[in-house]
Amino acid sequence: MRTGTETTGERLTQIGLIALTGAVLIFLVTPILIIVPLSFSSGSFFYYPLPGLSLRWYEDFFSSSFWLQSLENSLIVGISATVLATTLGTLAALGIWRARFPAQALVLALLISPMVVPVIIVAVGVYFAFAPLGLNNGYLGLILAHTTLGAPFVVITVLATLSNFDRTLIRAAESLGAARITTFRRVTLPLILPGVASGAVFAFAASFDEVVVALLMAGPGQRTLPRQMFAGINDNISLTIAAAATMLIAISLVLMIAVGWLRRRSARMVQVGG
Amino acid sequence: MLRGAAASLHAALASVDKDAGNLRRALRKSRRREQWRAAALVLPLFVFLAACFVVPIGAMLSHGVIDPDIVRILPTVTDALKSWDGHELPPESAYAALITDIRAAREAGTLASAATRLNYDVPGFRTLLFGTGRQLPAELSGSSRETLIAIDPKWGDRETWAALRRAGGPLTDFYVLGALDLRRDADGSITGAPREQRVFRDVLGRTLWISAMVTVICLVLGYPVAYVIAAQPPARAGVLLFLVLLPFWTSLLVRTVAWVVLLQKEGVLNSLFLSLGIIDEPLKMIFNRFAVYVAMVHVLLPFMVLPVYSVMRSIPASYVRAASSLGARPFTAFWRVYLPQTLPGIGAGCLIVFIQALGYYITPALVGGADDQMISYFIAFYAGRTVNWGMAAALSIMLLTATLLLYAVYNRLIGVERMRLG
Repeated sequence: MRTGTETTGERLTQIGLIALTGAVLIFLVTPILIIVPLSFSSGSFFYYPLPGLSLRWYEDFFSSSFWLQSLENSLIVGISATVLATTLGTLAALGIWRARFPAQALVLALLISPMVVPVIIVAVGVYFAFAPLGLNNGYLGLILAHTTLGAPFVVITVLATLSNFDRTLIRAAESLGAARITTFRRVTLPLILPGVASGAVFAFAASFDEVVVALLMAGPGQRTLPRQMFAGINDNISLTIAAAATMLIAISLVLMIAVGWLRRRSARMVQVGG
Repeated sequence: MLRGAAASLHAALASVDKDAGNLRRALRKSRRREQWRAAALVLPLFVFLAACFVVPIGAMLSHGVIDPDIVRILPTVTDALKSWDGHELPPESAYAALITDIRAAREAGTLASAATRLNYDVPGFRTLLFGTGRQLPAELSGSSRETLIAIDPKWGDRETWAALRRAGGPLTDFYVLGALDLRRDADGSITGAPREQRVFRDVLGRTLWISAMVTVICLVLGYPVAYVIAAQPPARAGVLLFLVLLPFWTSLLVRTVAWVVLLQKEGVLNSLFLSLGIIDEPLKMIFNRFAVYVAMVHVLLPFMVLPVYSVMRSIPASYVRAASSLGARPFTAFWRVYLPQTLPGIGAGCLIVFIQALGYYITPALVGGADDQMISYFIAFYAGRTVNWGMAAALSIMLLTATLLLYAVYNRLIGVERMRLG
């Protein structure tokens, strides 16, 4: 009798849990599913059911000098910041992994801190410091600021890859007479490359998604895509934003799949290596 | 023969000893060299972050505690007021110094900056300073004190002079106190700001409250989701995690746009409810606290689900089964055996959600109303629109202190290198 009521109770809990999970997952995905079809609407309002399908908002995007310019700006800033952040971040992660040096924990906490310091503080600080140097209203200032925001992602992902790395491989290479640089190029780098690449993807996404620093620092000539969308929401919201958003979603999907692939590959390579 | 063997053994042992010493030294040296190499690899990023992150933020924050304007623009009166006790009106020499300074500042065109700074403290100071500058006669007929009080009776007010002295720098607590709705009175003791001027305690309280509410909602929604996903077979868990991660990877701005589209007056939800006949007129679902909670929870929920999920996945099912076989009811087994083991995940999730929520700016700015703006909004407001660097810096000091304290807790409990990404 007692076990009978318990299983009913358990089953009810199970059903409740699954229903809640379903509701939360729908909550997480709905906004994205709502905005994608709207970008293909032939009407001009954020309204369902769609009056018809068309590509007019994509045409609008690709014929608008504002939107195209902002896409170009985002790519220039994003790619430059990614290259810088990936180089600096990978070197730093290798250093942290290589040997313990004094105050290492503190140094690591500092290297990661741009991830947790509120971005408005970063933005105001950089704006304030770069103004006398003439770095505001130009690409360089924005690139430098985005590099600080992206570098921690690279440090974390490369460190995670290195934690699975077998140090005896390096010793083996060196005992066979390989020079340090050869060991790095032929042994270390190929094995950590997936981690470096996924760090780069994170750094690019961080820059590509960043709006607060761009809001303060970018002049009219450096408006990035998120900055342009922000202006679009505040001024008059048109469905071109939905088209821009859909393309951003597509880009994030590609990036997400890339990271998943790199992660599996990294796990496999470390296994082969170890 | 035997003695010879003993001697050579001695010599051999001594040389082993010496070798060991050499070896130890060599080892220490190589370890030291290795440490230098490691530090040299970290150096480029360290220097870069120092130059483009630490120094800029530090310089900006310093404006919350320094007061360089008045001592630069009105130097003689600042100097004269140093010896003033503040109990009665300052001596004639201070009045004379003020007249000298105002004349010099008018000539140099710097009076406006001084007026702006003093106006932060005492509203109306700008008018007072400019009015006085205009009406100063070329030749004084009486004492400096009489002349100034004749131009504006406020120069006969102790509070006016106290404000001038307070702004004399070089250090000040004016902005930091101001960020807590506190001020110094004429005698220099700390009092609350007048009730109608109190804004920042509300802002600080609201920022903490919204962040706490978002964290609690994320925990209540995220914990069961992580639990259900962790109980699935690997393939299905992978699909469900993909759904959790999809918004995580989608631009923050895109998601915020989506909520505007969904919740606004002519938006998707309202038109759906209207056409279904559930409501007769559009609900107000945006530009209020509700929209802020919805949009922020949506952005931060994955940060709760991921750490909780990864802890749950490492808990063997046998523990709960053991508890059940020993007669624990399902709830007891969950509460006493399962839940305590997930506490590290809960701690990590709550800390990271709360830390991020504290600094939120864009989401509340786009979907919240005037009463839903958090501290970041006011930092941007003072830095951008009113160019009051002191106030922007003081508010940044509050926000950064809270964030770094929690970051230190996170580092101690979990370790920064274990922060989970995607």
